[in-house]
Amino acid sequence: MDAIIDVTPAYFAGFLMTLQLLAISGVGAFVVGVLIATMRISPVPSLRVFATVYTEVLRNVPLLLVLMFCALVLPILGSDLDYYPLALIGLTAYTSPFVAEAIRSGFNGVPVGQAEAARSIGMGFTQTVTLVVLPQAARMVVPPLINVFIALTKNTSVAGIFFVDELFKQTDAATRDNPSSVILVLIYAALLYLVITIPLGLIAGAIEKRVVVMR
Amino acid sequence: MSLSVLYDAPGPKTRRWSVIASIGGIILIVAFFVWMYLTLAAPRVNANGAAQPGMFDPSRWDIVALPDLWLSFLNGTVATLQMAAVAAALAILIGILFSFGRSSRYAWVRAITGVILEFVRGIPVLLMIFFVFLVFTAGSYWSGVFGLALYNGAIIGEALRAGVKSLPRGQREAGLSVGLTPMKTWALIEFPQAFRQMLPIILAQLVVLLKDTSLAFIVSYPELARTISLNRTFFGSRYMFTLFVIGLVIYLALNLTMSWIARFVARRSGPRLGKALPNTPRQTGIDGTRAITLPGRGFEPPDPPH
Repeated sequence: MDAIIDVTPAYFAGFLMTLQLLAISGVGAFVVGVLIATMRISPVPSLRVFATVYTEVLRNVPLLLVLMFCALVLPILGSDLDYYPLALIGLTAYTSPFVAEAIRSGFNGVPVGQAEAARSIGMGFTQTVTLVVLPQAARMVVPPLINVFIALTKNTSVAGIFFVDELFKQTDAATRDNPSSVILVLIYAALLYLVITIPLGLIAGAIEKRVVVMR
Repeated sequence: MSLSVLYDAPGPKTRRWSVIASIGGIILIVAFFVWMYLTLAAPRVNANGAAQPGMFDPSRWDIVALPDLWLSFLNGTVATLQMAAVAAALAILIGILFSFGRSSRYAWVRAITGVILEFVRGIPVLLMIFFVFLVFTAGSYWSGVFGLALYNGAIIGEALRAGVKSLPRGQREAGLSVGLTPMKTWALIEFPQAFRQMLPIILAQLVVLLKDTSLAFIVSYPELARTISLNRTFFGSRYMFTLFVIGLVIYLALNLTMSWIARFVARRSGPRLGKALPNTPRQTGIDGTRAITLPGRGFEPPDPPH
């Protein structure tokens, strides 16, 4: 039991760091993801191709390698950032295509008749998208988007390998400092992760249920 | 031919504008990559004034000629695939067990499965692998396999459960009314349909599993990511960039192939327009706005949580 009390300050700091990583790279990934999704539906072919390649490449590279890229190649390209901002950049870049795909699937989930109806009463591209498709897509996008953020929460642990003092790194250290109560220390860390992920999952579930009723 | 219902087939003016915008976009993107290439190729100057060769200098790439290097990467790739294959088989098995438990007749079985599922789904894979490694002292290979299998099994289990839930009620009723036990109804009638319907999602999840084998890095399993860092200690850190590029290319080749296979299977066996069952959960890209779906591309599985 002493181990629990011993590790609490470090875990608390790590938990806050994990939340910070989640919040900042979450917002970043959302912004970049919306941009990429917009590029993918835009009428300009070169932007569409760029967005597709961006999504395909980043989705098929392990997060570990994306972070390696940030820690290794970005400094050569002239950044003199610390590991923490580099981890933020890596997590943002890795999560953004998943955000874009969630938005895309929400858009595609709106029945085609809705857009056709809008077009047939004379609405243009902007009107169709902003007045008819987007409001309906937004509701369907929220649950998969929350799932992306749940995944991001779990992915922040990989930043621990790259010298960011977040919860997983603190756990790693705690297991070494308390060899007699490894299980306890690990379950403690797991519960702290669950404190973030389970409420997010419940919110996603509740919204999903409401959306289903409305359709 | 119009690609999307969102806008008309472009007229001459729009086409001209679009060509100009495309060229502008291409120039920007190419310029970015040229800048990146030049910066990487430029010699680097240390803090103490000593110049180092650029990243594409032959002196950084001479190891490419060594067979030992390729042998080590081959071993790393095989190790990655070995872990992924066993973990994938186990994950599907665990997924079936989870979905079976979740659709049990007994409330307590459902409750216990639900709690385990939430627990497994909510913690990072990295922590899970670490947990198996330290608590069960399973060795690096098996802790990676079990960590990945448990986590992905939970997600596959949820997908299967959603699949069973989306079946028409008549399927189950028909099974029961011809005298099958509830368990047999589940195993012979509901599960096979759910599995087939959810195959795209399951395959997409297996791509995620393949990617996540890189996390077995943490328990020193000699897979691809570990191979990069092992080679770095062996050849020296001046080859770091070279080794990273090789690893990246192998990962991309592996994962893109897997993704393409997943997509191909999804197109062949996924739910199809007209044949789709009612209440198919989050079935996208078939009869949606096709805002982005270009012609000739069939059903794409929605993203699983990675």
